[in-house]
Amino acid sequence: MTETVEQHPLSKYLRAAMMPHIWCAGCGNGIILNAFVHALDELQINLDKLVVVSGIGCIGRAAGYINVDSFHTTHGRPIAFATGVKLANSELEVVVISGDGDLFAIGGNHFIHAARRNIGIKVICANNFNYGMTGGQVGPTTPLDAFTTTTPYGNIEHPFNLVHLAAAAGATYVARWTTLHVRMLTMSIKKLLQRKGFSFIEVISPCPEIYGRHNKMRTGLEMMEWFKKASVISNFSDPAKAEITPERIVIGEFVDIQKPTYEELLHNKMAQIMKGEGE
Amino acid sequence: MPERLWRIPLDLNKVSRPKAEIHILKDQCKGCGFCIQYCPKKVLEESDEINARGVYPPRVVDEKNCILCGFCTAVCPDFAIFVKEKQCKDGC
Repeated sequence: MTETVEQHPLSKYLRAAMMPHIWCAGCGNGIILNAFVHALDELQINLDKLVVVSGIGCIGRAAGYINVDSFHTTHGRPIAFATGVKLANSELEVVVISGDGDLFAIGGNHFIHAARRNIGIKVICANNFNYGMTGGQVGPTTPLDAFTTTTPYGNIEHPFNLVHLAAAAGATYVARWTTLHVRMLTMSIKKLLQRKGFSFIEVISPCPEIYGRHNKMRTGLEMMEWFKKASVISNFSDPAKAEITPERIVIGEFVDIQKPTYEELLHNKMAQIMKGEGE
Repeated sequence: MPERLWRIPLDLNKVSRPKAEIHILKDQCKGCGFCIQYCPKKVLEESDEINARGVYPPRVVDEKNCILCGFCTAVCPDFAIFVKEKQCKDGC
């Protein structure tokens, strides 16, 4: 065994001054960050052409940790900012990393309309089933009957099925993985980075300190064991049936199609109009 | 078993199983235990000394069993463990 103060091989992708990160022990956000920088490393992405945008929430800090041009935006608006970045300079690769509360509660409309327009941005959503940063209130993805600080007798709201929502809104690539499936997640992120249209990955992430403690899973390991026991890989199955219940989490890739992107159509249309005016 | 039925790979003298070198950045560990739990060869275990953060980081039980799958590197949320292939010239 070697115990030296050596550098982690991926540490060049992280801002040294911001490390170690603030996420709790057992939190899945670090695994998502790890999988993302792993994918960057494997693809040898040009970091000068990459922009990471994030919103508010625990995972929102990811933009500050990755050593590329990044943007920590207002609550719910990362997709709106990312749209602006992508339209101002279509050469840039724009990745949004944000949470379920940010992207689907306050930012829900931005998400569905970006998916509908097929803007070429990539969205990675960390789903931890509640508003972790503000103390564990019930959110749009909290499963039915789950306990949170604002639903002490069990949740009576039906949750969003994020992959179904994304597929129905018109996203060209939709996948769902858990933080236990790191290899598949990394592969999926690599695929996401090489695509053109609006792509979406939902990552089920453990939140032991805030969500798990109310739901009999006090450690990250217990939540990961739940993912291990409950997850069923079913590629290209019907996203409408891909529910998340305590017994069953359907994961895999759901949609992989090609469509002309918004910025392509926009630039073509602009060129067409400019040409028309010249005559 | 008769010797003629014993299968020996043709390139046995040329190739050797890669040896792993496990690096643990002790003070970055937050003690979540994912690497210990999900190591397919159970190479890691919880150590009995606490680190600077007051948790028990993993320690290596037997480095020889490591198959370099790299799952601990991929699953670590804190970038505190990584595996490298041991570079050895003449049979270490």
